[in-house]
Amino acid sequence: MKGNEAIAEAAIIAGCRHYFGYPITPQTEIAAYMAKRMPKIGGTFLQAESEIAAINMVYGVASTGLRVMTSSSSPGISLKGEGLSYLAGADLPALVVNVQRGGPGLGGIQPSQSDYFQATRSGGHGDFRMIVLAPSSVQEMAELTVKGFELADQYRMTAMILADGTMGQMMEPVALDLDVKPMPEKQWATTGTKMNRPHNIVNSLFLDPAALEQTNFERFERYKFIEENETMYEEYLTDDAEIVIAAFGIAARVSKNAIDEARKQGIKVGMIRPITLWPFPVAPFRKAADKAKAFISVELSMGQMIEDVRLAIDCKAPVTLCNRVGGMIPSPEQVLESIRQTAASLGGAN
Amino acid sequence: MKEFKRITLLCGHYGSGKTNVAVNLALELRKTFDRVAVADLDIVNPYFRTKDSREDFEAADIRLICSEYANTNVDIPALPPDMYTVTDDRSLQVVIDVGGDDRGALALGRIAPAILEEGNYEMLAVINSARPLTRTPADTVEVLREIEGACKIPFTGLVNNTNLGRETDESVILNSVPYAQAVAELMQIPLVMTTVPQWLYDGLKGKIDRLFPLTLQKKY
Repeated sequence: MKGNEAIAEAAIIAGCRHYFGYPITPQTEIAAYMAKRMPKIGGTFLQAESEIAAINMVYGVASTGLRVMTSSSSPGISLKGEGLSYLAGADLPALVVNVQRGGPGLGGIQPSQSDYFQATRSGGHGDFRMIVLAPSSVQEMAELTVKGFELADQYRMTAMILADGTMGQMMEPVALDLDVKPMPEKQWATTGTKMNRPHNIVNSLFLDPAALEQTNFERFERYKFIEENETMYEEYLTDDAEIVIAAFGIAARVSKNAIDEARKQGIKVGMIRPITLWPFPVAPFRKAADKAKAFISVELSMGQMIEDVRLAIDCKAPVTLCNRVGGMIPSPEQVLESIRQTAASLGGAN
Repeated sequence: MKEFKRITLLCGHYGSGKTNVAVNLALELRKTFDRVAVADLDIVNPYFRTKDSREDFEAADIRLICSEYANTNVDIPALPPDMYTVTDDRSLQVVIDVGGDDRGALALGRIAPAILEEGNYEMLAVINSARPLTRTPADTVEVLREIEGACKIPFTGLVNNTNLGRETDESVILNSVPYAQAVAELMQIPLVMTTVPQWLYDGLKGKIDRLFPLTLQKKY
């Protein structure tokens, strides 16, 4: 299947029966797939009048405790920013998919990773985080979609799949025997009191500043717990690595090819591939920095994740950027050249 | 195929492998015909287009009729201005690669009357049971009927292009034959060919009728 289709089918497997969206390349297959499938399984597919309307429909369904999602690509995610902030303020679980394309502005329709800051810092105004998952194969597109719903429910917050145009459009075989945990009970959901409990109120407006402050403190306690417990990453040949590449999504696939080639040439290079971009997997980078002499951040952006890499390793080693932008993808040769230059700069180390 | 019509139309479900079949079919046709063209009328797919095979076409002296905007950032359903060559120049042997589903087949509407009038065409349905929305014969027929409704050209034959990309093995192809036969029966059209990646061709030769090897494998 296509990456986009894998996300859509996995969402259905995870129990999502409500999808609201607005078409935009390169993620439109998610909406098209939902439009075909949802009516056949008693679900709701609705093409909203805009991205803003779609995210607010998500807010509505999320309030009732049902699994709900929307998807878009970069400019559309910017439009959803207000809704993302309201979801956070109301502590509502939802899954949002961003199949990134080149920017800024209207940009282009080719792949990009330049919404990293937007996704990991916050997608809108106010103090909040989203759990950000970065798949690197079509199989992971499916698996992380299920995981995203589960984490969103568990922590009552938005989980975002941060993919890119290539991941959305590429086709790979997928095994759809996905494990789905039972949905937790949601006692806060607005499902009707039936006159035997107090009203549940879903809201992000607080008239008393001290009360608003308190919700922020409590939310960040939860974020702290997530940072300590929910990081996911893959390490590739890092045991003896003197050079460590940081890359996620499509950039990690390209980097793996380059690493294999560099290893043949005797260069000790490995990779840490963050799967959660927030929470960022600080621990493996910190550990790698004990031995590694240099890091390379491979990105389809002007250098965004590189800041998290530098923070994670406390600037103990130099971190250089290997990138392409505007819809272009670094080639394995470009990454290999970057590895070779870094190795050369380390002198006799190799 | 026993006898080639002047125009071969390839339609089917989104992602069924139409482009890959089109490219390989054009290369095969070029062995028999001097003037061969591939017309890319895809108005659906943003990436992975026939344009990716431009160099292969140039090397084989095959003309590519394709929107200037394919593989660029111009995100509109554009058709190439020289698409009328397909129906105007009857000395040309043409493979038409149509976009997926009924939405993609809409693009044919403009030239469908001329194709039907000339009457020298084969309208092939490319099917792939490994695709999530066409796993069963019934689901596949539903999609094919929608395509016929959109472009007003009835299918005349079936191309079984069932595959799992690089993970395709003999069993994938062998298991797909009953599926393809069932679709053919429901559609009341012949199964014209079953495609097979080049690396599996020798192993399957003789086991499946009308096997067509795909020599060029690109990611579309």
